[in-house]
Amino acid sequence: MNGVHEDMLGEVRTTFRSGRTRGVAWRKAQLQALLKLLTEKEDEIFEALKQDVGKHPVEAYRDEVGVARKSATLALRCFEKWMAPQKGRIPLVFFPARGAVVSEPLGVVLIFASWNFPISLALDPMIGAISAGNAVVLKPSELAPKCSSFLANTIPLYMDPEAIRVVEGGKVVAEQLLQLKWDKIFFTGSPQVGRIIMSAAAKHLTPVTLELGGKCPAIFDTLSNSSDLQVAVKRIAGGKWGTCNGQACIGIDYVLVERQFASVLIELLKKFTKKFYGENLKTLENLSRIVNKHHFDRVHNLLKDPKVAASVVYGGSVDEENMVIEPTILLNPPLDTDIMTEEIFGPLLPIITLNNIEESIQFINSREKPLAIYAFTKNDSLKEKILQETSSGSLTFNDAVIQFICDTLPFGGVGQSGLGRYHGKFSFDTFSHEKAVLHRSFLIELEPRYPPWNNFKMEFVRLAYNYDYIGLVLLLLGLRGIFRTNRRQ
Amino acid sequence: MSECEKDLEVLRETFKSGKTREESWRRSQLKNLLRLLEEKEDDIFKALKQDLGKHQVEAYRDEIGTLVKSVNYALDGLKQWMSSKKAKLPIAAFPSSAELVPEPLGLVLIISSWNFPFGVSLEPLIGAIAAGNVMVLKPSELAPACSSVLAKTIPTYLDSKAIKVIEGDYSVGQKLLQQKWDKIFFTGSTKVAQIVMAAAAKHLTPVTLELGGKCPAIIDSLSSSWDKNIAMKRILSGKFGTCAGQVCAGIDYILVKKTFANELVQMIKFAIPKMFGENPKESHSMSRIVNKTHFLRIKNLLDEPMVKASIIYGGSTDEDNLYIEPTLLLDPPVQAAIMTEEIFGPLLPILTMDNIEDSIEFINAKPKPLAIYAFTKDEELRRKIISRTSSGSVVFNDTIIQYAADTLPFGGVGQSGFGRYHGKFSFDTFSHEKVVVRRSFLTDIWFRYPPWNDHKLQLFRVGFRYDYLSIVLITLGLKKA
Repeated sequence: MNGVHEDMLGEVRTTFRSGRTRGVAWRKAQLQALLKLLTEKEDEIFEALKQDVGKHPVEAYRDEVGVARKSATLALRCFEKWMAPQKGRIPLVFFPARGAVVSEPLGVVLIFASWNFPISLALDPMIGAISAGNAVVLKPSELAPKCSSFLANTIPLYMDPEAIRVVEGGKVVAEQLLQLKWDKIFFTGSPQVGRIIMSAAAKHLTPVTLELGGKCPAIFDTLSNSSDLQVAVKRIAGGKWGTCNGQACIGIDYVLVERQFASVLIELLKKFTKKFYGENLKTLENLSRIVNKHHFDRVHNLLKDPKVAASVVYGGSVDEENMVIEPTILLNPPLDTDIMTEEIFGPLLPIITLNNIEESIQFINSREKPLAIYAFTKNDSLKEKILQETSSGSLTFNDAVIQFICDTLPFGGVGQSGLGRYHGKFSFDTFSHEKAVLHRSFLIELEPRYPPWNNFKMEFVRLAYNYDYIGLVLLLLGLRGIFRTNRRQ
Repeated sequence: MSECEKDLEVLRETFKSGKTREESWRRSQLKNLLRLLEEKEDDIFKALKQDLGKHQVEAYRDEIGTLVKSVNYALDGLKQWMSSKKAKLPIAAFPSSAELVPEPLGLVLIISSWNFPFGVSLEPLIGAIAAGNVMVLKPSELAPACSSVLAKTIPTYLDSKAIKVIEGDYSVGQKLLQQKWDKIFFTGSTKVAQIVMAAAAKHLTPVTLELGGKCPAIIDSLSSSWDKNIAMKRILSGKFGTCAGQVCAGIDYILVKKTFANELVQMIKFAIPKMFGENPKESHSMSRIVNKTHFLRIKNLLDEPMVKASIIYGGSTDEDNLYIEPTLLLDPPVQAAIMTEEIFGPLLPILTMDNIEDSIEFINAKPKPLAIYAFTKDEELRRKIISRTSSGSVVFNDTIIQYAADTLPFGGVGQSGFGRYHGKFSFDTFSHEKVVVRRSFLTDIWFRYPPWNDHKLQLFRVGFRYDYLSIVLITLGLKKA
């Protein structure tokens, strides 16, 4: 089977070597074709997302189609500017010289998309790779089979099939692809698989970008203004269940709140959860589905621990046949249970109470660095403390998840939440090599650079590295002594 | 807990205390490093002479001088580098603000190579300190005198609770690699790089790999004798004059047009004694080969019969003194080891081409090198080289000097590595740029939340296009999308 993938890679590499993907015209055509695909096939995309993860078209537009459209539009508008060499200022001592940094494509890149945003997590990196002039092989997640097959069938109809390929399949196919030599691998998924990807990449010294996840906490400070409170809780509800029903790397995993404020928070959460998502298990709406039985069982099992079950204060009901778990709020499940040690990736929201809100910093720091930290507070000194004392891919005050949409903000993790970043120009950069180009002239030569060595040259080199231009001139004119004459030749 | 793990615990505790994040701490470390370089200069010269036979001026030019320059550059830029940068947000996000805030990664491991034992150890160290990290430096055991100077002096000048030197060989390296680091910075060979990256993968540790490759020099036919003279110096310096060719960014081989080859060879033969003396071994202007293993490795490259036959200058070796004479070869077979492996020594193959443009194809058939050099005044050829080849960097009419330009990123691509440093790039390579978004409760995009309907879908459509007017009109019911 590997022979098939090798041939495919060989063909794509030949296309890249031909230089076709580097041209402005090609990149423009591909990005335009992608926009056309997103327009003409929108209904099919909505249908595929509905089938794979039960996404409502509005959520699907907001989180997938709209995002991909926005990225492609931005790339189309800006890629030529991004391609332009940047001038580098060269120190005077090199005069006359000019320097520049030139972006070039890495070559053939492999993109692994995950199943929770199967369209945008496939197309967003692809947009970056194309705008940077690479050839692309995309491996969608097999856990979102309708979307995977949509991508496999539709992309070749719109885009250059000799330079952009979609390879479907599961673990076996992924492993086969990982044996081959790529110029870059871009992976979105879990840390466990991230390790496998990076180990495979090490064999060929392939650079990787890993977009992983983690337990993204939301620190909920006491808010006194009632309108602020309402907005904050809406955003938390939206940030937990509103994006793929909790199955999002930047979704809120758990909330930290001061003990005396917890009940206010919980009451408001119940109110908005009912309003947005329905009163109970039978009347749930506007929520994505849990992707498959494996993940349903995994999330369901988190509730089975009796101590965890006892901490449920809202929801908790499960429909095994239809793989539905209703939005569930828990109050202080034990910290050593799975629900508090593993990334939940589901509709369960633990609320952990603290004596005072500053303790949240230590709580977060005793765990792995998450992809995002959210903090709902108007206390400036608390904000500053959180900023200085925690580390995460991003930190958002008074909202959740929306940092994902801003193209001017790099999107990526740190520590166990990943390495590398993308979105906007950062996507272009992540699939580029910035080559330094230095043009020197023969006009002026600095003899002291070369042997045969003597004290004069030593002094010259010292002054040069200190950018002591006056000293250099004096030395050359013989008006300056050679001070360090006690050095042996 | 082993000794090593105890040491790392101390470093992690220091990092947790927040001390290394203070600008004053970073400044004091950098200033102390400058003092170290000044006060211990003699020790450094002595160690380099012992390990590599490096002449003092070469040692200053390639190691101490570059470090002095880099520390001063970091001191000048530190405040600005540490400051957050505002990021523009779309109007729809009003009244929000966003910034990118650099923060240290934490505990970093720097593994350096033996050919520039001070330069390649301390240059990344400067970046790691400037970015506010704690660190372990593992110098190469193949340059033992230098490793020992680093191990002795760094604790007396720098904060030993934050910066540690751990000496040792392969087994020490292995043990270090099993630990959990927040970043690993490695300079060395591709073979060891694979081991480093595989170890880093277990902890999802980001790495920067500064490797090497066969860096070619394309020599176009030059007409002016002034140009030829200068080109000669730069080529010889970039091959024999920098650690006797044991340099990742040094010239590995030359490509020249057949019709110019003879003249080039004559020029080189003439220039070598002028630069290195009639007897380079005695003049001490060329470094030595680092050890017997590498000496024999390089010597063996010459032993293949067809390679031996292609030697047109030099070729003598002195095992006792680890000295290999500057050696020229004309068109050795391209499948021979000397043309497939990185030479890392003072052997200079000259390959002749029918046309100078053929060099591009020749270079592209090999793994991407750390640098491509081209001596030409032909703008068209320059353009072709830039756009049709790929390498860490491209330098026209000089060699290696890009290493000293702080405004140019220094790093490889493909088999020559990934990641980069020097100047602010060093700071960046040891930092995480955290995104900080500050939102207000004042305004809320009401159509963010369910229940969903067509109306909200239309609003999202126009919202993504930043079509604010349409948003208003649709909201007011004055427009249907």
